[in-house]
Amino acid sequence: MKNDLVLRVVAKLFTPFVLLFALYVQFHGELGPGGGFQAGVIVAAAVILYAIVFGLPAARRLVPDAIVESMMAIGVLIYAGVGVAGLLLGGAYLDYFVLDRDPVHGQERGIFWVEIGVAITVSSVMLKIFAMFASRGHDPDE
Amino acid sequence: MLDHLPALQVVVPLMSAPIIVLLRRPGAAWLISTLASFVAFAIAVALALRVAETGTVSYAMGSWPPPWGIEYRVDALSAFMLVLVAGVAALVMPYARRSVAAEVAEHQAYLFYAMYCLCVAGLLGMTITGDLFNVFVFLEISSLSTYVLIALGRGRRALLAAFQYLIVGTIGATFYVIGIGLLYLVTGSLNFADVAQRLAGIGELRPVLAALAFITVGLGLKLALFPLHQWLPNAYAFAPSVVTTFLAATATKVSVYVLVRFYFLVFAPSQALEGVPVGGVLIALSAAAIVAMSLVAVFQPDLKRMFAYSSVAQIGYVTLGLGIANEAALTGSLAHLVNHGVTKSALFLLVGGIVLRGGDASFASLAGLGQRMPWTSFGIGVAGLSLIGVPATAGFTSKWYLIAGAAEQGSWWIVALVVAGSLIAVAYVWRFVEAAYLAQPPAGAAAGEPPLSMRASEAVAVALCVVLGLVTAFNIGFARRAVGLLLGGAG
Repeated sequence: MKNDLVLRVVAKLFTPFVLLFALYVQFHGELGPGGGFQAGVIVAAAVILYAIVFGLPAARRLVPDAIVESMMAIGVLIYAGVGVAGLLLGGAYLDYFVLDRDPVHGQERGIFWVEIGVAITVSSVMLKIFAMFASRGHDPDE
Repeated sequence: MLDHLPALQVVVPLMSAPIIVLLRRPGAAWLISTLASFVAFAIAVALALRVAETGTVSYAMGSWPPPWGIEYRVDALSAFMLVLVAGVAALVMPYARRSVAAEVAEHQAYLFYAMYCLCVAGLLGMTITGDLFNVFVFLEISSLSTYVLIALGRGRRALLAAFQYLIVGTIGATFYVIGIGLLYLVTGSLNFADVAQRLAGIGELRPVLAALAFITVGLGLKLALFPLHQWLPNAYAFAPSVVTTFLAATATKVSVYVLVRFYFLVFAPSQALEGVPVGGVLIALSAAAIVAMSLVAVFQPDLKRMFAYSSVAQIGYVTLGLGIANEAALTGSLAHLVNHGVTKSALFLLVGGIVLRGGDASFASLAGLGQRMPWTSFGIGVAGLSLIGVPATAGFTSKWYLIAGAAEQGSWWIVALVVAGSLIAVAYVWRFVEAAYLAQPPAGAAAGEPPLSMRASEAVAVALCVVLGLVTAFNIGFARRAVGLLLGGAG
C-alpha cells in the first residue's frame, strides 16, 4: 500500500491523533472508561496502522525490536516495582496507602504508576504479536 | 522485612523474569534464575519454620484485610508444599546450565530462564494464596509458561505436545474458573476460609455440587488424574530435561494440593459432600490409574515415556489416599507428594544425563549403560527402588501409610492393589536394569558421565530418595501436621 497517496497521507495524519487519544484514555482512566490496557492497545494500533501502510521494515525502524522486547519487561517491572515501593515505605506488598501523604492520594499515585506499567507492557506485547505474525515466512530464521 | 516473606516468596521469582528478559544473556539469565530459586527456597524454609513455631501466617496483599483483599496464607499444608516446589526449583538449577545449553537454542536460552522463573512464581503463588480467584491467576501464569517451556524442547513433536497440553490445560483452567464462579455466586466471597464458613450455612446445594464437579474435573485435568492424563506422556517425553524434571516433581503436585484444599477445607465443612460418592470415585479412578498406567509403562520403548506413564500411576497413589481420607491414608498421600517428587526428579535428572550423552533414552540405546555410565545407572537403580517402594527408601514410607490407612478401613483389596502396583513397578524398573547391566554395550557407543555440575544435582536428588526414607521428620512429620489441619477443619 506504499504507493497509495491517499492512504499514506491519511495514515500519517492519523498517527499523532491516535497516540494523543491513547494518552487521553490512559490518564482519564481513573475518572472514566479506559486505563492502561486500553491505552496500550491504542498505542499499538497506531504503530500497526503505520506498519500496514508503510510496511513492517519501516515500522521496525520506527520502533526497533529490541525496544519492544525491553518494554515488555519494563512495564512488568514498573508494576511490580510499585509493589516493592509499598514494601520499602513500610506497608505491605502493593500497598498504595503509604505511597503519599494520605491514603487517598496514595491510592491515586499507586494506580497511576501501575496503569503506566500496564500500558507499556500491553502496547509492546501487541506489537510483538503483530510483528511475529506479519514476519512469518519472511524472516530467514523462521 | 521478615514480615513480608509471604509476598517475597512469589515476588522474587516473578520479578526475576522481566530482569532476565532485559539482560538477554544466557549466562546472566542462568545466574539470576539460580539466585531467585535459591532465595525462594530459603524463604520457603524460613516460612515453614515460622509456621511450625507460631502457627498459621496470614499476609494481607496491599494492606486490604481478608476476606475483602487477597490473603496469602501459610499454614502447615501450604508451608510443606512451598518447601517442595521451591526446593525442586533450586535443585534443578545447577543442573540446568549445561543441560539447557545442550537442549535449547542459544538465542532462546534467556527466554527459557524467564519462563522458568514465571513458572516457579506461578506454582508458588498457587500454593501460598488464600484466594480462589488468585489461584486461577497463578494457575494460568504457571500453565502458560509451562506450554512455552515444553515447546522449547528439541524437535517438532515438542510443539505438538505443548499444543495438546495447551488445549487440555485451557479446558482445565476454564472448568476451574466456572467452578469458583458458582461458589462466588452462592457465597459472595472468594477467600478460602470465608467461603468455607459461608458454605456451612447454605441450604441450596445444587450449585455447590456443580462447583464441586467443575473444580474436580478442572483440577483433575491439571493433575493428570486418570483418565484425564492424555497430555502428560507426550509433554514429559518431548520437553527439555530440566522442564520434565521440574514439572514431574511440582506441577501436578500443586494441583493435587489445591484439590486437597477444596475437598477438606472448603467442601467438607458444608453438607455438600454428604451422599456424593467423591471418595469412591477417586478410589476407583486411582485404582485404574495405578494398574493400567503401570502396565502401560512396562511396554514403553523409551525411558522418558516410561517414567512419564509411571508418574500418572504414582499420582494414582496420592489420589487413592485422598479417596480413603482417614488419617493414615492422608498422611501417606501428602508424604507421597514429596517422596514421589524427589524420586521422579532424581530419575528425570539422570535420564536427562543419558539424553545429553547419547542423544536419546530409548531402550535400544541403553544397552550396557552400566559400563558406560556407571554413576548414572547406579543412581537410576537407587531411585528406581524408591519408585517401587523398597524399605529404607522414600517411596516406602508413604506407601506404608497408605496401606495402613486402607487396612484400618478394612479395604483389603486396596492393600492388594498397592502391592500389585509396586510389583508392576518392579517389572518396569527391571527393564532398565536388564538393559543397563545384563546387555553388552554396542561397539563404539558413546561413553562418559554428564558434567560435574549436572551430577551434583543428580547426587543430591538420589541421596534424598534414601535420606527421606530413613529420616522421616520432614515428609511424614509435616504431612502429619498438615493432616491434623485438614481433619481438624472437617470436625
